[in-house]
Amino acid sequence: MVDVLLAADGITRRFGGLVAVNAVSLRLERGSVHAVIGTNGAGKSTLINILSGEIGASAGKVELLGEDVTTLSQPQRALRGLGRSYQRSTIFPHFTVAENCRLAAQATRQRPWAIWEFAGACPQTTGRARSAIDRAGLAQDAERLAGSLPHGRKRQLEIALCLATTPRVLLLDEPLAGMGPEETERMLALLSQLKADHAILLVEHDMDAVFRIADRITVMVNGIAIASDTPQSVRANPEVQRAYLGDGH
Amino acid sequence: MKVPLPARQAVAAVIVVALLAAFPLIGGKYEIDLIARILVLAIFALSLELLVGQTGLVSFGHAAFFGLGAYTTALLLQDPDPRSFWLILAASMLVAGAYALPVAALSLRTRGVYFIMVTLAFAQLVYYVFHDTKIAKGSDGIYLTGVPEFSLAGWVPFNVTRSLPFYYVALGALCLVYALLVALGRSRFGRALAGIRVNEQRMRAAGFATYPYKIAAFVVAAMLAGLAGFLKATKDGYVNPEMLAWHESGAVLLMIILGGLGKWRGAVLGAFAFVLLQEFFKNDAVFGEFAKRWQLLLGFTIIACVLFLPHGLIGLPARLRQREHRHG
Repeated sequence: MVDVLLAADGITRRFGGLVAVNAVSLRLERGSVHAVIGTNGAGKSTLINILSGEIGASAGKVELLGEDVTTLSQPQRALRGLGRSYQRSTIFPHFTVAENCRLAAQATRQRPWAIWEFAGACPQTTGRARSAIDRAGLAQDAERLAGSLPHGRKRQLEIALCLATTPRVLLLDEPLAGMGPEETERMLALLSQLKADHAILLVEHDMDAVFRIADRITVMVNGIAIASDTPQSVRANPEVQRAYLGDGH
Repeated sequence: MKVPLPARQAVAAVIVVALLAAFPLIGGKYEIDLIARILVLAIFALSLELLVGQTGLVSFGHAAFFGLGAYTTALLLQDPDPRSFWLILAASMLVAGAYALPVAALSLRTRGVYFIMVTLAFAQLVYYVFHDTKIAKGSDGIYLTGVPEFSLAGWVPFNVTRSLPFYYVALGALCLVYALLVALGRSRFGRALAGIRVNEQRMRAAGFATYPYKIAAFVVAAMLAGLAGFLKATKDGYVNPEMLAWHESGAVLLMIILGGLGKWRGAVLGAFAFVLLQEFFKNDAVFGEFAKRWQLLLGFTIIACVLFLPHGLIGLPARLRQREHRHG
């Protein structure tokens, strides 16, 4: 049985006269990595922002775990199981790695009125933070200040911050940006490990990585999804070759 | 043996409170009143630190809530009959909080310099209401006719408007507010505010609806400013619109910057430093005729502090250690 965790139908976003995203539909399934590729300005970032709830859609519908979340805000979607990472790391540089993840995990048990309770003493949030740190491979850095980590580790922390809220769907915006070969390998290993129990949307510019890890690829050009298929079929698609991959492929 | 930091801070706090509690033994009436004034301003500064230093919201209209607390107190004490201290305290905090709610809801739709301007505008609105209407005798200000009666289960131990009892009431209030804010800072609410200050985008992505969090912080800060305003009116027996004016908002902002943002003790230290510097420069035995130009000297001192102590007075020990390290 196919387990569709996020379904987007006919997502459209207009900015004045410009149609940044034009009737894009996609399905994110558990156990698979769905990559979205396209040149700069193709509408990938707008699409991911609509799915996460940061900007509204002009038309279309988003379903998360079978529930229509089109009109819900980003925090509401996050609490229903949607996690996202950003192209530019959104970590808390002056906090330790452990506190970074604990704070993100706190979203699942907020209790803001309970000011007599010490935040660090909540077993539920510290437990979730701990397992997010372990899964992201940061166990040895838990007590380091996030700002002092090397770039690759900061990107891993960005993923750990998503995992801390125990999401089912991950929207990852260029997790490999600026990484060296070794760091890229580590991140790809992490992603293939995460895909077992998550549905993953990956926006990425590193084509070698995309074709290695993606189970499905959607190609966007000027806001339109011109192809959405397996990596082999996308590679063979003449329209894609003309629009994006160039003659070299 | 190295004592852990929280224990060291607790010991330091106990010593400071003990020194302040013992101060009336050596100080005269003038000095006791001066320190009492600082204790009240320290509460006001702490309330603004919750917004600026902890949540990252620079409000330039915080005097509105201080003044509203004071005016509520004055307007409830227009009869010679005594009224309950606790009732007036609660009313002052509630009025300040009630005004803060719509102000927060509207001003928090904006960011950065726009937020500063909108909070300033809402404060000036209150200023002109009290300055230009007859609600509370306009620009002349208004005297308190009655006295708040400080009673504990029917027992009235002292007249709270007299110097010495007021001093201890203000010290007690400061200790309670400080303890409350320290607890708040360590709680989930306080950590969430810190997260919003550093990276609001990540907080929203994690599932925090940050707007209500910021409104809550703004209202709590306003209520604590209302408490400070209540104490100020009780102490002075008189309130005028200048308490609501923008230069009062500016002064309290200077206090927390001077003391050092990001730490509760910075706000208290800043209130002491600001008022004591002001008193020092106003002293004509030291500065003669120039004492009339005290604002000039205070201004230069604050500029120097900001230039040489970017983390405020609380950053001074670290700064000195750094220098020693470089030269040693």
